[in-house]
Amino acid sequence: MSDLQIKKSTTTYDVVIVGSGAGGGMAGYVLANAGVKVLMLEAGAYFDPAKDSQQLKWPWESPRRGAGTTRPFGDFDAAFGGWEIDGEPYTTKDNTEFSWFRSRMLGGRTNHWGRISLRMGPIDFQPKDGLTDSWPITYDDVKPYYDKVDKLIGVYGTKEGLENEPDGIFLPPPKPRLNELFIVQGAKKAGVKIIPGRGAVLTEALPGNKDRGACFFCGQCGRSCKIYGDFSASSCLVIPALKTGNLKVITNAMVREVITNKEGLATGVSYVNKEDMQEYQVNAKTVILGASAGESARILLNSRSAEHPGGLANSSGVVGRYLHDSTGSSAGGFLPQLMDRKRYNEDGAGSVHIYSPWWLDNKKLDFPRGYHIEYGGGLHMPSYGFGHGIQNMNGMVPDRNGKTKEAGGYGASLKDDYRRFYGTQIGMAGRGTAIARWDNYCEIDPNVVDKYGIPVLRFHYKWAPDEIKQAKHMQETFQEIMHNMGAIYGPPAGPETNYGLEAPGKIIHEVGTIRMGNDPKKSALNKWCQAHDCKNLFVVDAAPFVQQGDKNATWTILAMSMRTAEYILQERKKLNV
Amino acid sequence: MNRRDSLKALGLGTLSAGLLLEACKTETKKTAEEAVPASGEVPPGRQPFEVERDKKLNADKFFTAAEMATITVLGDIIIPKDEKSGSASDAKVPDFIEFIVKDIPEHQTPMRGGLRWLDLQCLNRFGKTFTDCSKAEQIQMVDLIAYPKKATPDMAQGVAFFNRMRDLTASGFFTSEMGVKDVGYAGNAPNKWVGVPADVLKQYGMENVSFS
Repeated sequence: MSDLQIKKSTTTYDVVIVGSGAGGGMAGYVLANAGVKVLMLEAGAYFDPAKDSQQLKWPWESPRRGAGTTRPFGDFDAAFGGWEIDGEPYTTKDNTEFSWFRSRMLGGRTNHWGRISLRMGPIDFQPKDGLTDSWPITYDDVKPYYDKVDKLIGVYGTKEGLENEPDGIFLPPPKPRLNELFIVQGAKKAGVKIIPGRGAVLTEALPGNKDRGACFFCGQCGRSCKIYGDFSASSCLVIPALKTGNLKVITNAMVREVITNKEGLATGVSYVNKEDMQEYQVNAKTVILGASAGESARILLNSRSAEHPGGLANSSGVVGRYLHDSTGSSAGGFLPQLMDRKRYNEDGAGSVHIYSPWWLDNKKLDFPRGYHIEYGGGLHMPSYGFGHGIQNMNGMVPDRNGKTKEAGGYGASLKDDYRRFYGTQIGMAGRGTAIARWDNYCEIDPNVVDKYGIPVLRFHYKWAPDEIKQAKHMQETFQEIMHNMGAIYGPPAGPETNYGLEAPGKIIHEVGTIRMGNDPKKSALNKWCQAHDCKNLFVVDAAPFVQQGDKNATWTILAMSMRTAEYILQERKKLNV
Repeated sequence: MNRRDSLKALGLGTLSAGLLLEACKTETKKTAEEAVPASGEVPPGRQPFEVERDKKLNADKFFTAAEMATITVLGDIIIPKDEKSGSASDAKVPDFIEFIVKDIPEHQTPMRGGLRWLDLQCLNRFGKTFTDCSKAEQIQMVDLIAYPKKATPDMAQGVAFFNRMRDLTASGFFTSEMGVKDVGYAGNAPNKWVGVPADVLKQYGMENVSFS
């Protein structure tokens, strides 16, 4: 006989937060610092970059030399989790495609993200083309929180005065690397706007913060930072919040559902503890979901009751709908003029040094929304993959004696080629706005559960011509930039691959599944990210986004979560939650 | 100058230098083999399943002794010792290839089959397997598969194998301590990035590049 039973806690917390990433971490930080008793549940392991980061390790310290066999972004990368997790399946519908990245660690995906920290602009919140719904709030509503996030966390960049790329409160950006100077020239020649990057890395000490060191330029933000020189929700939000004594974190706690009472209000959550595999229920006056756009929608849809038959906060039927990930398409080549270049340390910062904000007018184009371009290249640490495909490069340039070589080869002259080509490569990646559509969604698969017995998500997602034409434009732009910088490169990705357009979910900017809005019939959350149907339930990850711009989601998640947490504090004072 | 002072001299503030020294206190430089922990022990930042998996991969053996001998000869043909650094086998590239095909199983069949293809070619041409061939015969064979553009169509499978072998050899060599030094990677050390050095800017005429 099984001795499985549900262990019910007798404690009632002020707030329980599901998830410890940018959204959950920020809400926990604000609330714990205000004296609220918070319980945070994280589905993965405890992770403190100071101790757990693989920073400054050499490639030979990994038996797979940094290959991404068990971690999608390499053996030293900080990500626990990935697109496929043993025992945690998801499915797709109607032969559509979606790749769902799940992070399973304290701080979530913020431990390994690119730290590219862009504000959404006024037009992103209130689109002028009528194609997608407006947010129930404007840029001006969010701006004070973006400002506070800048000051609390630190971000580098430059004031540019661009209408839809709002400036922040910036630390100095890192100078461009050599390859990036070539890119700047090539982009300008191609008529593509290019400006210094914006990244959550402390290029200088953060005023007033004694717990975080300034960046020492190893370029390894993806591994997370031992001295907290970049932003991770673990190092900058959750761990400091623990020091208040008001926050308790339970790791390896996989949340099953939100529990509600006869009045339809949330009373807590149930979870399975992955360590002892026992079932638990905890009580709270307020429930905050910050489990990620997919996971928070899954929890709501699995939280069915007599009062909430279609899932919690879902009387509108929008939960799971309007799922959208950024578009992504990329290209690369090498700069023959940089062969045999001088060696020096140009690791730089682990976020972008330069980028191109969207620079064109969509009224003059055959697709409705824009994209930005991220660039890279330089003398990086060798890892698995170093020199692969040299036979596609070394036959294209003259050798040391001015003679064109036969491609491929072996021996001393090949060995010399690896040295000659080192540091010549360049890459560029477009990240664009995908349209939020009712028809792109996740729902509960009626037939499949994960190893904890929790019903899993089933995805239905199709790119439309809007996204495909945008990717085509990216490829054309990349060719022009590379041509203008004197690079050697291959042909553009063509229609057979949708112009290199990555499968939805691959860019890991998925948002929109629990959208905000003023109309409870058309949205799940009000303008404070509070459920229309359940006033003590809030969502603080990227699920509330009505329509993402081409900007990476993190900075907006942080600002919105801070805004919601401060609203909760006000409502608590008024005894409303 | 002690380490703290040298970190400060590099442009790191007192706070960063202190935090970094603290964080690196328990760090000792280990080789890949030494990095495998004692049973049951999970090093910081690793997941238990990863430690288990590495242990299992290290205990398993994929290539036969004969296959390893061929990989060693081929590796040293691809990356020989020269005036700057040692050969592929000096950098233990064959051991890396043995590990990586277990780690990334999609390499297994192409590698095993490619080695067999190579031996059959040599048996038909020279009456001996690849490792038993003379150096001149080995090079004669390699010349048929090392140049994708000029290789004859009947050598296509050999070209595909040699491309893979070349890639794995390059990965293994240039990620070894010897290879990283050879290629001149100068990073992975605390510093203050202040932009491209002046002499390099001048070399490429990049002194006056601006964003606007």
